Amino acid sequence: MTLRGKAAVVGVTDAVSPTGELELTGRALEAQMVREVLDDAGLTLADIDGVCHHQSSIQFAEFLGITARFTDSTMTGGSVFEVYLEHAASAIAAGVAECILVVFAQTPRASRTAAKRRGGSGEMPRGRPGMWGGPNPMMEWEVPYGLQGPVGGYALSASRHMAQYGTTPEQLATIAVKTREWASLNPRAKSRDPLTVDDVLASDMIASPLHKLDCCLVTDGAGAFIVTTAERARDLRKPPVYVLGAATAHSHMMISQMPDLGTTPGSISGPKAFEMAGVKPGDVDVLMGYDSFTITQLLHFEDLGFCAKGEGGPFVESTNIGPGGELPTNTNGGGLSYTHPGMYGMFLVVEAVRQLRGEADARQVPDASIAVAHGSGMVLSCMSTAVLGTEAAL
Amino acid sequence: MARIEPEATEVTDAFWDATREQRYLVQWCGACGTPIFYPREVCPQCLSADALEWRESSGAGTVYAVSVQHRPANPTMVDRVPYVVALVEVDAGGGQAQTVRVMSNVVNCEPESVHVGDAVALTWEPLSDGRNLPQFEPAT
Repeated sequence: MTLRGKAAVVGVTDAVSPTGELELTGRALEAQMVREVLDDAGLTLADIDGVCHHQSSIQFAEFLGITARFTDSTMTGGSVFEVYLEHAASAIAAGVAECILVVFAQTPRASRTAAKRRGGSGEMPRGRPGMWGGPNPMMEWEVPYGLQGPVGGYALSASRHMAQYGTTPEQLATIAVKTREWASLNPRAKSRDPLTVDDVLASDMIASPLHKLDCCLVTDGAGAFIVTTAERARDLRKPPVYVLGAATAHSHMMISQMPDLGTTPGSISGPKAFEMAGVKPGDVDVLMGYDSFTITQLLHFEDLGFCAKGEGGPFVESTNIGPGGELPTNTNGGGLSYTHPGMYGMFLVVEAVRQLRGEADARQVPDASIAVAHGSGMVLSCMSTAVLGTEAAL
Repeated sequence: MARIEPEATEVTDAFWDATREQRYLVQWCGACGTPIFYPREVCPQCLSADALEWRESSGAGTVYAVSVQHRPANPTMVDRVPYVVALVEVDAGGGQAQTVRVMSNVVNCEPESVHVGDAVALTWEPLSDGRNLPQFEPAT
């Protein structure tokens, strides 16, 4: 596939001043650019389904209430906007998103003037910078209240899910227990001793309703993978594992801004990736879901379509997700029992590939041909779903 | 120990100044009639920057989600454990049933007694500079 003719630039704007200084700064200036470029293109904000921003595309999308299916905060310096154009065209050609917004504002002169007007030295704008140097409303609207990160956000989601759907602590604990069964088959797993629901419920409460054993490990970890063309992959040493479908979605940065604490953006990325792959949840042999906490995995079952919304609790009671079960889930032992070095998504892909190659030793799922790696970023903020398959699944 | 205190921005100065008089303001877009939280430079619904305004909330709220913190999020919260962090749907001050959802603490009660759906009312905790931090307590 070539990108030629697959995408076009349909709106442009910019802001400059002969004095070299603009009146607006920061988000206000970015918002002005958005208004103008939408007008230039004849589009509305609702048309936008992809965002590129060099500080944080998630924070910027949250600011305008955009739910995005394509996201890029790649940072390469001054060339980054050409990079965004390339990425956006690729994404559009591939059907990942239809209308991608690239926005930028930087005002060293006006920011200095404004700071001086407010009585400061003019060296630094007020407000603590965000993780990527942009505005950081979290410091103003969440941090003062003392929610533990990251467990507190997941605990709030779990409390909401329990109240809305009747999900129980026992049902959440079942996920930890079944995941531990997988870990017991993996000599490289951190936690391998058998676990019961009572063990989970008896462990320390960290942030109600989540106990210590509802939480992932904190370990060291590392990994890598290589992607190449299908044609070339067929000539290499190991059987190819093909990307059958992939999709991403994010809806918020702060847990307090999550549109519905019982539904993740995986409800968008999951069906999109499955549709692209031409598979249904029932076709999946191995599910690798990012299990930062038991509630995270429960939400994945619902949002990826393995059960209806709200049915995650009864689902884990009636469906064996452990060894020998109907839906082998987190077969390496997961973030809950295998490893979790802070960013666990690497290990989802590695285990999915091992299963599809038949390299999973005692935990091998027989004849696995389709695996899903479903990652979760921030606080249920950014979900990315990859459907992987063997030659037989093509 | 004093907790981490919110640092206002140009956009939110009005909100925090009002807390000195224990008034809770909600930002609204006058152009499209939408309550906005967190307050920001532009309405996320219609992108208007010219019609943003403040309306005063009654302080009545409903617990949307709740978690009791059994470990402190940072050293300033050690003496408060266990304490309640909740998402509260608070009256947006528009004279209608509209709310905005905010993070806060629920205080003046047993931590484990707070549940999703509970009615709560605004209360305040003094900050070091004369501002007040919005808090909630069970509605009487």
